Amino acid sequence: MKFAFEAEQLEFRDAARNLLEKECPPSAVRAAWDNETGRVPGLWDRIVEMGLFELDEVDSILVLEETGRACVPEPVVEAWALKRTDATLAMAGTPYALYADSVDLVVAQRGVGLVPASVGERRPSVDGSRRIFDVHPDGATLELDAHAVTERAALAAAAQLVGLAQHMLDMSVAYVGQREQFGKPVGSFQAVKHHLADAALRLEFARPCVHRAAWVLANEPTDVRAAVSLAKAQASDAALLAARKALQVHGAIGYTVEYDLHMWMKRAWALAAAWGDAAWHRNRVRDAMLKGTDANA
Amino acid sequence: MDLRFTESEEAFRAEARAWLEANVPHDLPSGDTREGFALHLDWERRLFDDSWAVVSWPRRYGGRDASLIEWLIFEEEYYRAGGPQRVTQNGIFLLAPTVFEFGTQEQQDRILPRMAAAEDLWCQGWSEPNAGSDLAGIKSTARRDDGGWRLTGQKTWTTRGAFCTHLFGLFRSDSEAERHRGMTYFLVPLDAEGVTVRGFGRLDGDEGFAEVFFEDVFVPDSDVLGEINKGWNVAMATTGSERGLTLRSPGRFMATAARLVDLWKEHPDPSLDNDVVACWMDAEAYRWQTYATVARLMDGAKAGAEASLTKLFWSELDVRLYETALRLLGPEAELEGPWMKGFQFALAGPIYAGTNEVQRNVVAERVLRLPR
Repeated sequence: MKFAFEAEQLEFRDAARNLLEKECPPSAVRAAWDNETGRVPGLWDRIVEMGLFELDEVDSILVLEETGRACVPEPVVEAWALKRTDATLAMAGTPYALYADSVDLVVAQRGVGLVPASVGERRPSVDGSRRIFDVHPDGATLELDAHAVTERAALAAAAQLVGLAQHMLDMSVAYVGQREQFGKPVGSFQAVKHHLADAALRLEFARPCVHRAAWVLANEPTDVRAAVSLAKAQASDAALLAARKALQVHGAIGYTVEYDLHMWMKRAWALAAAWGDAAWHRNRVRDAMLKGTDANA
Repeated sequence: MDLRFTESEEAFRAEARAWLEANVPHDLPSGDTREGFALHLDWERRLFDDSWAVVSWPRRYGGRDASLIEWLIFEEEYYRAGGPQRVTQNGIFLLAPTVFEFGTQEQQDRILPRMAAAEDLWCQGWSEPNAGSDLAGIKSTARRDDGGWRLTGQKTWTTRGAFCTHLFGLFRSDSEAERHRGMTYFLVPLDAEGVTVRGFGRLDGDEGFAEVFFEDVFVPDSDVLGEINKGWNVAMATTGSERGLTLRSPGRFMATAARLVDLWKEHPDPSLDNDVVACWMDAEAYRWQTYATVARLMDGAKAGAEASLTKLFWSELDVRLYETALRLLGPEAELEGPWMKGFQFALAGPIYAGTNEVQRNVVAERVLRLPR
């Protein structure tokens, strides 16, 4: 038993972080809210070049976290779930396909299979960089395992939620350290400290669940549901709490669209609800427990 | 990363499981009563006789040289088998790591084997009537005397103090020094002249608390742990253990969560499904966070202020586990029984070992680096 990443995996994460800091700064995310694709010009090719979509779950999980941390407005979850770089995805429970108007292939669920789909009407996401569309399944069944794709999508979303939560916490720590009221930094007040300690707490215990689920997918792929549900439920809760606490400790500035926090917060709301929200994943574990199957596996 | 247990870890688990299933007593009364404590000592000595009392210690002190992973495995198996509370915990989990770190060879050889064998029973003497969360506010004093020190003052909330034989505690040895400086860490036999112990009831009615009075109690130099006037640093090493994983390892909460799931199957209530599963998931999260932490420690990292995150998590999880069980029980919850008993014990978690308000300050200031 050794629950730790290898040095190369940490280096890959650091390289991704450096790349995204340069290629996808908050100003690029902001620009994606108003441009024609909702994406960052040129960024997708750089992400594909990193090899993210070719590596196994353990090798890529930290980089997926980084794409959340940078609030990357690209179909990372969908492409990683499908293991292809030119496609997006909609499924039962996550019915809208992200960036369906700027990929080669839209995959959608029909029954228990996955099929090509045509693009329907655009839907207004609260996250302005998430261009999401209705889909109309209309082709022959693709050689894709819908169950495996679903689990991978939920795990990728969980990893991004952890990254989003980390960034909102980091922004908040920086802000309350310099914002002064009553003659001192607001971060010196216990009420503010305790908000951020709560956010840090949920994040600290969500992250290992995500890493462990990645290992289970890579190594014990026969029964991954309990591990993925644990990861997605914990990550969704952690990100929603981080968003709530971040907004509260920022005060009014956080409640504006001029300040960057809202983009991370809205992404967290969207991803917490997609690919099974926390309650959906807890219900899935409940059903496994009641059937007497081993939810621990 | 490899989340499979090795063959030797699996063998260790199998051996522990077999021994525990054959030996764990299931009918012990609370160890926080005088009669119960005596029965628990029989159990502790049985653990010791077969080298299961302190698995992570060196063999020469009664352990098995078990790795941290193996220790976690033992804990999982101990609570899975329904093993009772460890009445020796304040010695083996809190004092012992400090003795290993700060004790002289003579102290280690003298103290640890008798502690492991449950011959010497240790309690903690830190809090005072006017120094709880603010531990640096203690007033009990230590005065130099020939060959040792004279202790005077009062300690309180001392768990199982009325049944233990020895106390480890902090006393102010330099009255001129400021708060955190000028304290020394002493080891005191409770039968020493001038010591008076008075037990009193906790919330659940058991005599689990004591106050301990010191009137000019002589302690030889050989019973000072660590350096004179450096007791705060020594004590902080103990709080690292107390808040972190050595006192309350995941196995305990995983076992409670498993019992909660069983209770929920017997008393189905759809309105509580979500709470039951959320509790079970948090016990799992604690398990995986701990294995990740242990991997870092085995790579040479030091346990730091992150221990406060751990203490917050398990103590609040424990309360939720029992609250959820009582809600499942409905009107039966009122009746004296293991869930009501456990609930009352769980309520102490967010208070002892540094209140959770203090832990949140530690997380904010020392993990997140917010301004003081």
